[in-house]
Order: sequence, then C-alpha cells, then structure tokens
Amino acid sequence: MDVIIDFISLVLKLAVPLTLAALAGTLSERSGVINIGLEGTMLMGAFFAAVGAGLSGNPWVGVLFALLIGVMMGLLHAFFCLTLHGHQVVIGVAVNLFATGITPLLTRLVWNREGASDTLPSIAAVSVPLLKDIPVIGKLFTNQPPFVFITLFIFIVLFIFMKRTKYGLRLRMIGDHPTGAQTQGINVKKYKYFAVMVSGSIAALGGAYLSIAHSNVFVLNMVAGRGFMGMAANIFGGWTIGGSALASLFFAAVQSTRYYLIGSPIPDQFVLMIPYVATLIILTAFSRNSRSPEGLGKI
Amino acid sequence: MSIKKFFRRFSFDSLASSLISLLLSFVIGGLLIWAIGTNPFQAYYLIGVGAVGTMKNLANTLASSIPLIFAGLAVAVSSKAGLLNLGVEGQLYMGAMAATLCGLYLPATNRFILLIAIMIASMLGGMLWALIPGVLKAKFGTHEVIVAIMLNYVAELFTTYLIIVPFREHGSTVNQTAEIPKAARLSKLFPRTQLTTAFILAVIVAIIVWFLLRRTTLGFKISAVGGNRDAARAGGINPTAYVIIAMLISGAIASFAGTTEVVGKYFRFRENFSPGFGFTGLAVAVLARNNPFGVIATSILFGGLSTGCLYMSRITGISGHMSNVIQSIIILLVSAPRLFEIIKGSRKRT
Repeated sequence: MDVIIDFISLVLKLAVPLTLAALAGTLSERSGVINIGLEGTMLMGAFFAAVGAGLSGNPWVGVLFALLIGVMMGLLHAFFCLTLHGHQVVIGVAVNLFATGITPLLTRLVWNREGASDTLPSIAAVSVPLLKDIPVIGKLFTNQPPFVFITLFIFIVLFIFMKRTKYGLRLRMIGDHPTGAQTQGINVKKYKYFAVMVSGSIAALGGAYLSIAHSNVFVLNMVAGRGFMGMAANIFGGWTIGGSALASLFFAAVQSTRYYLIGSPIPDQFVLMIPYVATLIILTAFSRNSRSPEGLGKI
Repeated sequence: MSIKKFFRRFSFDSLASSLISLLLSFVIGGLLIWAIGTNPFQAYYLIGVGAVGTMKNLANTLASSIPLIFAGLAVAVSSKAGLLNLGVEGQLYMGAMAATLCGLYLPATNRFILLIAIMIASMLGGMLWALIPGVLKAKFGTHEVIVAIMLNYVAELFTTYLIIVPFREHGSTVNQTAEIPKAARLSKLFPRTQLTTAFILAVIVAIIVWFLLRRTTLGFKISAVGGNRDAARAGGINPTAYVIIAMLISGAIASFAGTTEVVGKYFRFRENFSPGFGFTGLAVAVLARNNPFGVIATSILFGGLSTGCLYMSRITGISGHMSNVIQSIIILLVSAPRLFEIIKGSRKRT
C-alpha cells in the first residue's frame, strides 16, 4: 500500500508544472490564441521567482514575482498577436527565444555567474491538519508541497469559470466563433487579452514551482520542454480543463517511471526520452478524435 | 529572368518594413543594454568590431552564418507549403550523425566520392526525421508543431546516447566521436578561420531553393498548397503529398546545418553542438520573408550578431546570450505586420 501511496505522491509532485502549463494552454487556446510561448513564460517565471526569493529571503515573494512576470509575458504575447496581428506560433517562438536569452543575461547580473543561481530559500512542504490523520491516504496530505494544493485550487476555479459562468461560456464561444461573439456585442479582444494574460501567470507559476519548490536553485533552461508537454497535454485532453488535468496526471505518471528505472541497465538517454516519446505516441493515437477550437490561430 | 525583374518583384514596402523593424529592434536592444548598466553605443561598437572589425572576424561571421542559412532555407521551404518546420533542430542532429558515421567508417580512398556519400547520408538522416511529423500530420492529423518539438528532444538524446556508448572516442573524457579523416573535411576558404567551402554550398543551395520555388512546377504546386489548400485540391493538386515533399526537402536542407558544422568546423560529432540553430533558422526565415537570398543576408546579419556579441561579452561582462535577446526582439517586430502599418498610418495623419 505504501508503494502505491508513494507513487501517487511522486506523480502529484511531477504533475504540478505540467498541469499548470496544460491549464494555461487550455485557457489561452479556448480563447483562440495559440500559445507556444508558454515554455518561455515558465522559464521567466522560474527565474523571477528565484530573484524574488533570493532578494527578499521569502519564497512567497518569489511566487508573487512569478505571477507578475507571467502577466507581463502574457500581455506581450497578446499585444503582438492580437493588436499587431503577428503569426501566433512565430510570436510564441520569439517569446521562448527571448526567455532563453534574457535569463542567462540576468542570472549573470544578479548572481555573477551564468549557469545557475545561488541556493534559494524554498517553499517548505506542508501537512494538512485533520486530513493527514486519516489512515493510509493521510500520507498524501503529509509533507506535500503547497503547490499541489494551489494547483488543485486553480483547477477548480478554472473548471467552474469555464463550465458554470457566463464569462467562461463567452470565452469558449470566442474561441470557436470570434465574429459570432462580436455580433453579440461581446468585446472579443478584451476576453482574449484577459485569457492570455491569466494563462501567462498560471504558466509562470508552474515555472516558479521548479525553481523555488521542487528544487532550491534556478538552473539555465530548467523548464526542459515542460511547457510544450503541457500544450500536448492540453491537446490530448481535448482542449478542456478536466481533460488537461487528467492528461497531465497521465504524463506525470509516465515521467515517474524515470525514478523507478534508476540503476537499471537501460541507458540514461533512453530513460530521459520516455516523456517525449510518450507524448508523441499519445498525441498520435488520440489526436484524431480531438477537436480544436475552430477559431484557433485566427485573428 | 533578369536582375531588374527580380528587384521589381521584390516589394519595396516589405524591404522597408523589415529594415525599420530591424532598426527598432536595435534601439530596444540598446535600451536593454543601457538598463543593465552598460553604454549601448560602446556595446554596439564592440559588437561591430567583433563581427566585421578585421578580415578574420569577418570570415568568422560568414562562417557562423552557414548553419543559419541552411536552417533558414529549411524553414522557408516548409513555410511555402504552409507548414512551420520547428523540427530543424532534430533534423540537423540526425543528419549530422549519419554524416559523421559515414565519415568515420567509409573508406577514405576518393575524397570526392566520400564527401558526396557524406552529403547523401546527411540528407537521408534529415529527411527521415522530417518525414515523421509530415506523415503523422497527413495520416493522423497530429499537431505538427508539438510533434516536431518532441522529436527535437528525442534526436538530441538519441545522438547523445550514440556518442556516449557505441561511437565514443577511445579514452576521451568529453562526449564526442573520434575525428573524421582529413579526406572527409571541407577545405578552408580563409586560413586560420572557420570559413570553409560550406559557405559556397550554402549559397548554391539557396539558389537551388529559389529556382525550385519560383521556376519549377514542383515549387509552384508547393506554393499553391501553402497559399490555399482547398483551392489547390480543387485544381487537382494532392495537398498531403506536396506537404510531405516540402517537409522532405526542408529536412534535407536542415541536415546540412549540422553536417557542415561536423565536416567544416569540429571534424567530429560533439554533444549538443547546436546552440538552437533550428529556432534561429525560424527567425532568419521570418525576417527574410521566406526569400532565399534574404535568408543569406539575414543569416550573415545574425551570424555577425552572435560573433559580435561573443566578442563584446569578453570585454564588457554582458552575457553573449544578448544575441538571442536581440534576435527575439527582431522576430517580434518583423512578424507583426500591423506595426509597420501603424508607423505608416501615423506619418500620413501628421
């Protein structure tokens, strides 16, 4: 039983950045904006969380920094895509390139070296009172990073927003038929801006988890494709909040096999390949049935 | 086709908007340099010296533009078919690996035949890796952007495995293959620099791409598919087939971005030798608006930017990654068509 609980616990930890990236992807793409830039936004989030935590000594200040930079990256993406009518994938690639260029530049400025930051104060794991005393599954609520619960909270909020509020309904309509929404008197651009900016802050939060919760140091390019995998999870999940979250959990479960294969005769590189290959196979097997928002990528 | 006709075809507005966006990018880059506490004029001066200050620097600038030309051409060809090839990075690794193995294990009796074999192996490697997103897109409708990006990671890890386990150089502490024989290396155009005949090859490939896209039925059909897939189908062109053909050509060209680094610069396959040529290639193609000759010019500019930034970083302490930052600003500004309209519009109004 303990083995299973440990496995679930590990999967939850690995799922945090993927889920946040996937939810960010869903929110943005349901509004009709392709956001390849999530990868770079996560990197910026990881970096600025490290700066905030390092300078103030309080990791929660880092989280705040990450949220702010996430909103700004979202604003940048939205401005170039929606106001200046740039090609959304190209703009996303530029956002990623910007992030991979500016983070080593600033790392050198802040910590006087390029590869990584100093050791940072990180967010301590928490135990949930009462729930932690439940036999067996209580272990899931003991010594968990608070990000697990934050992610759960964001998931619930987004789920209710999309399914149960008129704003969510409008956002979904905008993603499918922007002109139709416009004739209804909905300010399409405002909704899209809102979605992309919130999406940015959620992705940056995922980055912050990597630098100040999952570890206690910012390392160059530490996001390592998690933003892209989140986007893949969003597609696998059929562009829905619930689907994205489930797909992320599944991807995290695949990733966790890495920890069980340490010391096995399989070469490291092949073990490291597992999440990428799994993403490929899953996308190929399931993308026939999934339907993207009709207005995706259109201005 | 005369030169005159070529220039007439080349819209002045698009050239002007590219140049203005470029200038604006340098201004924003300068503001960034200023914000982190360095004199931007000094920084740009040093970038200029590093890029074209001496004959040697100029030769190295041209040398560093070589992989960018190939990567840029690869992206340009795929864009013509309406598909964005974000898998150039993986394709160049696979191509370079195939080329390296050819160089290491084929008999080096005839230099000419050996080099041809290396080039063919390289193209096959790149085409194989480009075929996967093309076929998956055609058969299963899989999102080609994500597939290509995932394949980049797989290619990087797979080639790393190959140079660590089966093909590692004996006794080496670094992850790399043994050196390829002299016969498999390209000759230098300029002594004691990294400028090799690969630059000439790059220019030739650019001319071929231009000819292919503008002067052949194949190129016309590719452009038709990229322009309007349904109209192309109505006109009797099978869009799927031409998308895959464009991806194959793109992958073959992409592979040269890696192979010329192996046979012209390192003479072996080194772990992670590409600093993201694939994504820079996208930037190059966007700035050149998919024009093959524009790709050459843009690549030289970007090549100069990276050699110049490296030089600057040695003197000022700003990271050499500054070149990535300026490049990303260039893509942002160039790929935003409205920006130029707004600038033009405001000029009319005043």
